Amino acid sequence: MASLHVLANPARFRRFSQRVLPALSVATALALAVGLWLALVESPPDYQQGETVRIMFLHVPSAWLSMMGYALLAALGASLLVWRHPLAALMARAAAPVGAVFAAVCLLTGALWGRPMWGTYWVWDARLTSMLLLFFLYLGHIALSRAYDDSERGDRAAAILALVGVINLPVIKFSVDWWNTLHQPASVMKLGGPSIDPSILTPLLVMALALLLLFVVLVLLRTETEIDRRRLEAAEMAL
Amino acid sequence: MTGFGALLARDLRLVWRRPGDVMVVLAFFVVATVLFPLGIGPETNLLARIAAGILWCAALFAALLSLERLFAADYEDGALDLLLLAPWPLELAALAKCLAHWIVTGLPLALLAPLMGLLFGLSGDGLLAVGLTLLVGTPALSLIGGLAAALTLGARRGGALLALLALPLCVPTLIFGAGAVEVVAIGEGFLTHLAILGALALLSLATLPWAIAAALRQAGE
Amino acid sequence: MTELEVTGLSCRRGGRPVVRNIAFTLARGELLALTGRNGSGKTTLLRALALLVTADAGVIRWRGADVRYDRDGWHRQIAWLGHLDGLKGDLTVAENLATACRLREAPATRVADAVAAFDLIPLANRAVRTLSAGQRRRAALARVVAAGAPLWLLDEPLNALDAPSQAALRTTLGKHLAAGGLAIAATHAPLDIPNVRILELGP
Repeated sequence: MASLHVLANPARFRRFSQRVLPALSVATALALAVGLWLALVESPPDYQQGETVRIMFLHVPSAWLSMMGYALLAALGASLLVWRHPLAALMARAAAPVGAVFAAVCLLTGALWGRPMWGTYWVWDARLTSMLLLFFLYLGHIALSRAYDDSERGDRAAAILALVGVINLPVIKFSVDWWNTLHQPASVMKLGGPSIDPSILTPLLVMALALLLLFVVLVLLRTETEIDRRRLEAAEMAL
Repeated sequence: MTGFGALLARDLRLVWRRPGDVMVVLAFFVVATVLFPLGIGPETNLLARIAAGILWCAALFAALLSLERLFAADYEDGALDLLLLAPWPLELAALAKCLAHWIVTGLPLALLAPLMGLLFGLSGDGLLAVGLTLLVGTPALSLIGGLAAALTLGARRGGALLALLALPLCVPTLIFGAGAVEVVAIGEGFLTHLAILGALALLSLATLPWAIAAALRQAGE
Repeated sequence: MTELEVTGLSCRRGGRPVVRNIAFTLARGELLALTGRNGSGKTTLLRALALLVTADAGVIRWRGADVRYDRDGWHRQIAWLGHLDGLKGDLTVAENLATACRLREAPATRVADAVAAFDLIPLANRAVRTLSAGQRRRAALARVVAAGAPLWLLDEPLNALDAPSQAALRTTLGKHLAAGGLAIAATHAPLDIPNVRILELGP
C-alpha cells in the first residue's frame, strides 16, 4: 500500500497535468494577450501618475501572487507533515522559486514605478519592505529545501519553515506598517467595495487572472520536472 | 518537570565548564558595536540617534552567532537521540535548550548593552530602554534562532543558512526593540513598545517550541 | 511470555526501501541479534523500533498495545545505545550517567552498579573527553544498564571494546536477560551468548 501511494500518486498527477496543461497554456496566452492590451492600450493614463500607472497592472498582481504562493507553500507543508503526501513536497519545491520570482517582479516594478513617482528607485515604504522580507522568506525556503544531501529531509525542514513563516507574515506586516506608514492605503481590498475606477480595475483583474494562470502552468510544469528528477535519483541509487 | 530541570542544569553546567564560548559572543558584541563609530565617525548627535539600531542589530548577530552550536553538539555526539527518547515532551526539551541559551547570551547582552550605550552618548532613559527591551525581546530571538538551528542540523552551509532563515523572522522584534529607544529620544514613554515586545516573545513561546520539536524529530530520522 | 510483537515493519530512506516487511516477537529473557551486511538496514530497524524513524508500514506492539499511541510510555521501556555514544565530553562519567537518569526521569539508584559492572570506578570522575574510544563505549553501556529499562536496543555494542570489556558486556547482558529483560542488538560480530535468536536482514 505504501509503495503504491508513493509511486501511483505522482504518476496519476502526471496524467492529470499532461491532460490539462495544453488547454491551460492556451488560456494563459489568451488572458495575457487580452490583459496586456487592456493594460497598455485600452486603459486611460492616470491623471496624477500618467502613463506610469500601467506598471501597476504588473506590480499589484505580482504582489498578490507572491503572497498566495507563500500561503500555498504553507498548505503544501502542512499536507507533507500531517499526511506525508509525497506530491506535496515536489510541488512545494516547484512552487517556491515561482513565488520568489513574482516577489522579485513586484519589487523591481515597484522600483521602476518609484523612480518617476518618488524620484528614487527605493523608498523604505512599508509595503515594499514587507515584500522584501517575503522575498527573503522565499529565499530561506528555497535554500533550506536544497541544503541537504537527503532531499526528503530538506522537504520536511522547508515545510516546517513555511508553516512558521506563514504565522509570522501578519506579524511582520504589522510591525513594518507600524515602523513606517508612508504608502497610500490599500484600496482594492478595502471594505465597502473597491474605490478604484472600473477603467483601471478591469485590466487589473484580467492581468491578475492571466498571471494566476501563468503561475499554475509554471508550477505544474516544474512539478513534472521534479517528479522526473526524483525518479532519476531513485534509479541512480538502485544501480 | 524534573527532565526539563535536568536538561537546563546540564546545559548551564556545560557552559560553566567552557565559559570561553560565552565570552567570545559577548566580545563579538562589544567589538561589533565599537566598529560603528569608527566607520561612521565620532559625531555625538548622529551616534546617539542610531545607537539603538546598532546595539539591537549587534545583539541580534551575537545571539545568532552563538545559536549555531545550540543543537549541533547534541546532534554530533548522539545526545540528541537521548532527548528524542526521553519520556517527556520534546517541546519542553526545546524550551529548556532555548532558555539555557537565553540565560547565557540574552541576559548578559541585556546587561552589557546599556554599558555600550554610554559609548554612544545615550542618557538615563535611553540606557534603561536599551536594557529593558533587550531583556524582554531576546527570549524571542533565542526561540527563533533555536528553530533555525534545529532546521539546519546537518545541512550544508549551516551557519549562513541559519542567519538567512532567522533574520526575516526577527524583524518584528528588532523593529520594536530599537523603536523603543527612539521614542525615548523624542521624550515619550516606551511602555507600548515593551508590551508589544512581550507579546512577540509570548507568541514565539506559544508556537516555536512545537516547530523546534518537529524540526528535531525530522533531524533524528 | 511475549512482550514485544512486530508485524510488517517497513521503512524507506531516500525513496529506497531499506527495511522490508520485518516481523518477529520477543519474550522475556530473550535476545534478538540483527545481523546482515553494511547497509542492510540494521540501524534503521533499531531506530524504527525506538520511533526515531517513522515507519511506512507495520505495527510495533508492547504488551499488546500499539506503541505509537503512547510514545512516552514506550520510551520509558527502552534503554538506547546508538552508534554514537551520546556522552558529553565536558562532563565526568558519573555526571553523564546521573544526567541521563534525570533526563529519563528515573531514579539514579542503579548508577553505582552500572559503573562497577563495566569497571569504570577508577574513571568515574574523569571528563569523558579524556577517555579512549573503548572507555567511552563502556560508559555508554553503563548508561544503558543504569536506565533500568526492560528492553535494551543496542547498535553494535561490541564496537571498540577489548576482550575483558566484551566479557563484562556478556555478563551484564546475561544478568539482564536472566532477570526477565529483553534485548535487541544490531551486530556483525557473533555475540557468543546462549539462546540468542538471529534475524538476518537482506541486502
